[in-house]
Amino acid sequence: MSWTTLAHAFPILLAQAQIFAAPSGAEYMRILPELVLSVFGMIIMVVDPLLDEKRSHKSLGAIGIIGALAALASTYWMAQNPGSAFWNMVRVDGFSIFFHVLVIAIAVVAILSSYEYMAVQRIRAGEYYGLILFGTVGMCLMSSAVELVLIFIALEISSISTYILAGFRRREASSSESSLKYFLLGSFATAFFLYGVAMMFGATGSTNIDAISNALRSGGTPALAYVAMALMFIGLGFKVASAPFHIWTPDVYEGAPAPIVGLMSTGPKAAAFAVLLRVMFEINAPGRFWVIWVSAALSMTLGNVGALVQDNIKRLLAYSSIAHAGYVLVAFAAQPELGTSAVMFYTAAYAAMNVGAFAVVSHFANAGEKYLTLEDYAGLGRRSPMLAATLTFFLMSLIGIPITGGFFGKFYIFSAALKSNLIGLTVIGLVNSAVGAYYYLRVIVSMYMSEPRREVPVMPTPPAMGFAIGLCALATLYLGVLPGRVLDYATQSASQLLHGITVSGSLINYSNNPER
Amino acid sequence: MHLILFLFFGGICVAGAVNLLVQRHPINSALSLVVVMASLAGEYLLLGAEFVAAIQVIVYAGAIMVLFIFTIMLLNAGEEVRSKGSRVAAMLGVPGVMIAGVLIAWILLRHSNTAAVSMFALPGDPRAIARLLFRDFLLPFEVTSVLILIAIMGAVVLASKPEAVARPSAAEPAQREVRELVASGRER
Repeated sequence: MSWTTLAHAFPILLAQAQIFAAPSGAEYMRILPELVLSVFGMIIMVVDPLLDEKRSHKSLGAIGIIGALAALASTYWMAQNPGSAFWNMVRVDGFSIFFHVLVIAIAVVAILSSYEYMAVQRIRAGEYYGLILFGTVGMCLMSSAVELVLIFIALEISSISTYILAGFRRREASSSESSLKYFLLGSFATAFFLYGVAMMFGATGSTNIDAISNALRSGGTPALAYVAMALMFIGLGFKVASAPFHIWTPDVYEGAPAPIVGLMSTGPKAAAFAVLLRVMFEINAPGRFWVIWVSAALSMTLGNVGALVQDNIKRLLAYSSIAHAGYVLVAFAAQPELGTSAVMFYTAAYAAMNVGAFAVVSHFANAGEKYLTLEDYAGLGRRSPMLAATLTFFLMSLIGIPITGGFFGKFYIFSAALKSNLIGLTVIGLVNSAVGAYYYLRVIVSMYMSEPRREVPVMPTPPAMGFAIGLCALATLYLGVLPGRVLDYATQSASQLLHGITVSGSLINYSNNPER
Repeated sequence: MHLILFLFFGGICVAGAVNLLVQRHPINSALSLVVVMASLAGEYLLLGAEFVAAIQVIVYAGAIMVLFIFTIMLLNAGEEVRSKGSRVAAMLGVPGVMIAGVLIAWILLRHSNTAAVSMFALPGDPRAIARLLFRDFLLPFEVTSVLILIAIMGAVVLASKPEAVARPSAAEPAQREVRELVASGRER
């Protein structure tokens, strides 16, 4: 080989080296919260065997809280480095920052409310906090991933960690039942999602959300894309517990540890809604309207009607969470510009009130989670006024009464629906809200107006639990009194997310809305 | 020739999958899974993905199936008891699955712009796969380790005996607290 050919070859070699260059520091900053969470999860696993069993509950919980708070702080540096990373796998934009903060905040509160619960229930703490942190890694990645393969893996991380966490009350058969049921049905649903991803690859030749969106916009919509969309909706519909994929919810929520129910009814759900927003709106999914319409109407109706006859508070809140998934889906049927911010606001408001409600439930349930029926709540208003007052506040927020986050959440969703001419769905939603008020009020009436039939001990609220409940109450109040800031942020990041859609013009012509 | 081989492997694969469900003894099901895996490897080879085909044989038909069979033998799993499924599931499920299957097949056939690919026409060689796996899909590849870690933790948690989990020493103070509270509540 002569020198000239070498000289010619050198720039090519250099160019190849450029292609294979390692990710830059800024790219690592874009996954910083995930890195911090994973590191703290591993620290917990390493420290766990070194600790004395007696102290491990508190110290592992403390490491968990520090890890989650560090991750929350690290979203600041993540937010300083917007853009995509790792060959277009994740994208940091306002949308993903919003969901990162939300999901990690949920994890913080869940760990806080587990802090004393674990000792009371005599549950081994080691893997528990580690699984919460690792699960949060999955949820965070779900919100920032723009590649269906990564979304699938992140979805699996968040799901599998919740399957395991649901089974942590090892001495209760109902907890094992909950875990196994969730695992079997969840794996089945994930298979649908994966099949949908494969079909989408077949239809468009890519698994990248931008590339799929471009392919569907320029090259027309192949029939295969409809099948792909339907299959992916089944998978995600299961994760958010929307009808007709909701059957698992009451049984799973009943058996799982109460702080974990608070986590899994909000965190993975918020992340799944984030994925659904990207899949439905950023891709501009074909033929989504009636599928979502039917699923939203069914979820609201079945959830609220099912909750009417429940006596167990965990089952009642499980049905209520199905109903709330229905309310959120209403916004998915609306115009993307209006619906996205409404969904984002609602997931935040729902997280605040539901995690708070489950924190109260988990404290009140006591050792072995014995006290869960509505009868046990009789007279709580007199014996523990603060606890009863906060639970009442959360339930009022779930009903959607003003000065609570739940009110503005519902308000934005239904106003988005009305602006998109979804009269039918809005009427169904409002009727359902009225039905829903009945069973939430039943709990409140039981607390303040019934006489207790049996002795139910009420422990004084321990500090971490009280702090967790206080945080949730404050967040619910903040979203109910000053919703402007969060909503502005949601609206901004929604328009950022939908930038492609607003520029190229909405492909779905809403003036020809079939419902109108 | 290509088409004949494709149909041959496809037929074996489907037959193996059906047999897997029908068989009552776990060992028979596991062995029919080997057939499914091996015939899938044949299909991959026909698609020009020779590396994936080799991995399929080594990892799935080889390593994972050995684990499966070891587990079945260690558990000494016997024949399944045949249970009657729910009638609603049969009435809605069977037609539902058939409709979905026909629909997907129809769509795939209607939009088939596929042609037989000659071998090595598509980039299925190790170099192309390595470039995808270790560069384009580096992050999912790394994140999978978290997934596996969680699965291991889950096995540790769920397989441990509940008695071993409940260390009375760790929970005693809280228990006493509860008992005292109950007692004081009664006195009041």
